[in-house]
Amino acid sequence: MHRRTLLTGAMSLGVAAPALGQTQPIEIQFWHGLAQPLGGMLEKRATDFNATQTKYRVVPTFRGSYPETMVAAIAAFRANNAPHIVQMFEVGTGTMMGAGRAVKPVHELLSETGVQIDFNDYLPGVRGYYSLSDGRMMSMPFNSSTTIVWYNKDAFRRAGVDPDKFPETWQGVAEILPKLKAGGGTAVPMSTAWLTWAQIENFSAIHDIPLATLANGFGGLGTELRINNPLVQRHMQALVDWQKDGSFRYGGRNNAGEPAFPNGEAAIMFTSSGFRARVQREARFDWGVAMLPYYQGTPNAPINSIIGGASLWVMNKGPAAGGGRSRDEFQGVAEFFKYLSNPEVDAQWHMDTGYVPVRRASYAIAREKGFYRDNPGADVPIEQLLRGGGTLTDNSRGIRLGGFVEIRTIMEEEFERAFQGQQNAQQALANATTRGNQVLRNFERANRG
Amino acid sequence: MRKKVIFRGVALPYLLLVPQLAVTIVFFFWPAGMAVWQSTLRQDAFGLRTEFVAFENFLDLFGDALYLNAAWNTVIFSSSVAALALGAALFLAVQADKQIRGAGLYKTLLIWPYAVAPALAAVLWLFIFHPSIGLVGRAFGAIGIDWDYRVNGGQAMTMVVIAAAWKQVSYNFIFFLAGLQSIPTSVLEAAAIDGARPFRRFWTVIFPLLSPTAFFLLVVNLVYAFFDTFGVIHALTRGGPGNATETLIYKVYVDGVQNLNFGSSAAQSVILMVIVIALTAVQFRFIERRVHY
Repeated sequence: MHRRTLLTGAMSLGVAAPALGQTQPIEIQFWHGLAQPLGGMLEKRATDFNATQTKYRVVPTFRGSYPETMVAAIAAFRANNAPHIVQMFEVGTGTMMGAGRAVKPVHELLSETGVQIDFNDYLPGVRGYYSLSDGRMMSMPFNSSTTIVWYNKDAFRRAGVDPDKFPETWQGVAEILPKLKAGGGTAVPMSTAWLTWAQIENFSAIHDIPLATLANGFGGLGTELRINNPLVQRHMQALVDWQKDGSFRYGGRNNAGEPAFPNGEAAIMFTSSGFRARVQREARFDWGVAMLPYYQGTPNAPINSIIGGASLWVMNKGPAAGGGRSRDEFQGVAEFFKYLSNPEVDAQWHMDTGYVPVRRASYAIAREKGFYRDNPGADVPIEQLLRGGGTLTDNSRGIRLGGFVEIRTIMEEEFERAFQGQQNAQQALANATTRGNQVLRNFERANRG
Repeated sequence: MRKKVIFRGVALPYLLLVPQLAVTIVFFFWPAGMAVWQSTLRQDAFGLRTEFVAFENFLDLFGDALYLNAAWNTVIFSSSVAALALGAALFLAVQADKQIRGAGLYKTLLIWPYAVAPALAAVLWLFIFHPSIGLVGRAFGAIGIDWDYRVNGGQAMTMVVIAAAWKQVSYNFIFFLAGLQSIPTSVLEAAAIDGARPFRRFWTVIFPLLSPTAFFLLVVNLVYAFFDTFGVIHALTRGGPGNATETLIYKVYVDGVQNLNFGSSAAQSVILMVIVIALTAVQFRFIERRVHY
């Protein structure tokens, strides 16, 4: 009897505690895919948001690389345990767009919660990538970047190449490669990370040629790859030939090749503008950035490049009807997005990391603060995204292919064969087209209706 | 003759079997059944739309050049790993079985690699073979060998074979050493008195007596190379360059986890399940027959 009294007492205490502590914040799970140092900077945004109010608490968790984060979120959804917010790289956009009731579109989230975010102020390339064709936003733009050129000015000086002027054209690059090889003093003149993003996807965008039909997939699921065209063939064959003569070195998939730049092995590197924080910390030489070169003589070129990086998707909890989320949880997510969209916050994020400001207002703030005067070249990615007047074409709006992660791997695999000398660029592109189209057809079939 | 305990009735024996049966059903039959069921379906990544396609996933696989490529890679990879791991282990076991100073120390050190996790082993090999940070990789570069496993399929395959075999040498070593120690010295002495030199003694006396051990190890090594080498390949090459080091088990991961193509991935698992059942059957059949020589 005595024991029961104790038990009841303990239980009533347990019930009373939350009732008393109404300040218990609502937890918002936020999974992200940024390794250090960027991951810490991202988590700081969540901490800062938590400090501005007491009702919600955003809990950021690192879930591995972007593809790993994507897979983890999907598996969690299937197990009825999805995070509220998942950071999804741009390549996963097509998959998320087809995700049906797994995701809560941002435009729905905002209209239901009454939170206002001025998306008209967002850079067109950023807004276009993450919205439906009628302009309604599907996800929250966050860390956007684009591929630019990173080059080692010391190596350029040693080779007798003007360190303040990176060639604007690929013809110009072809001229300096032999000089860098002979006198640059690096292990290899040129390398690239994100082979397909830098050398095929953005390459196609700035030359205003299609990567796939139906406006690169924005027009529907029936899209087909168009990468096997003369210009891409020409460019990729040049890379294959340079790999053979030692002017270029393929550094592995995704961003595996990146370390070759800050450690001084490669004089020229193509990779994300989000690489800045790392180069600043690690490079022990004078470096510069430049816009992507283009082939002189291509009509319309160069125009804007397309973004990479990631956006934030709101997820329902699981496949069960209703989605399993309360109004309060969505309200918290919307408030957090509102906080991130604040131009001051966005400008600081841009200045800390090297990701581009996603809003015009934030770009202006960074300029006013003298950021581009103190950090020459930090505005190069933004200018490149606005190149050609900033009016997007069907070829430069972005890419929306289902199963794009797999298609990228396919292109990498085929070019790894080409770099080994097993096939030429044209064959690699033909094979990648055949295999990639199969992925697109499978996706179309699985997501029909 | 063995002693047998006879239980009366049926309830008790079944009751005693229940925990074991429950574990087997929950952790083997149920997931295996799910895999078979999933292999007949096509689903979108989020599991919201499902279509029954019967054997289409299997037919697609057999018509897929890359799947056949993965099967061929698996044959090359598994036979090389088994040959290398068995050969090295046998050599080391024969040496360690001799009367040498510090034999105990050697034996202990040779067993250590077995305790290293596959991913860690792969990272160790990376520090050896990476063209820009690896000791041997850099040395190759310095003497003019064009070493870069990221763009050379043959080199990549060689590297994963060495890394995977290294892990297995310890296990084989223990069995070979035990096998060697169980060979009666009288047989060896008799052979020596008959004038057989060490080389001949090894091939005509020791090796035949070791063959049951060797056969057992061959099967174990093949199963290891088939199913247990995911970590090594994932950490070192991710199946690349091209698809040069993509084995069947790695392709299951790529299609299921990366490409979110669950139907095809499940179909591949079912095929692997059939292979492992066949290997086990072969092992039992031959071991049972040969063990009484």
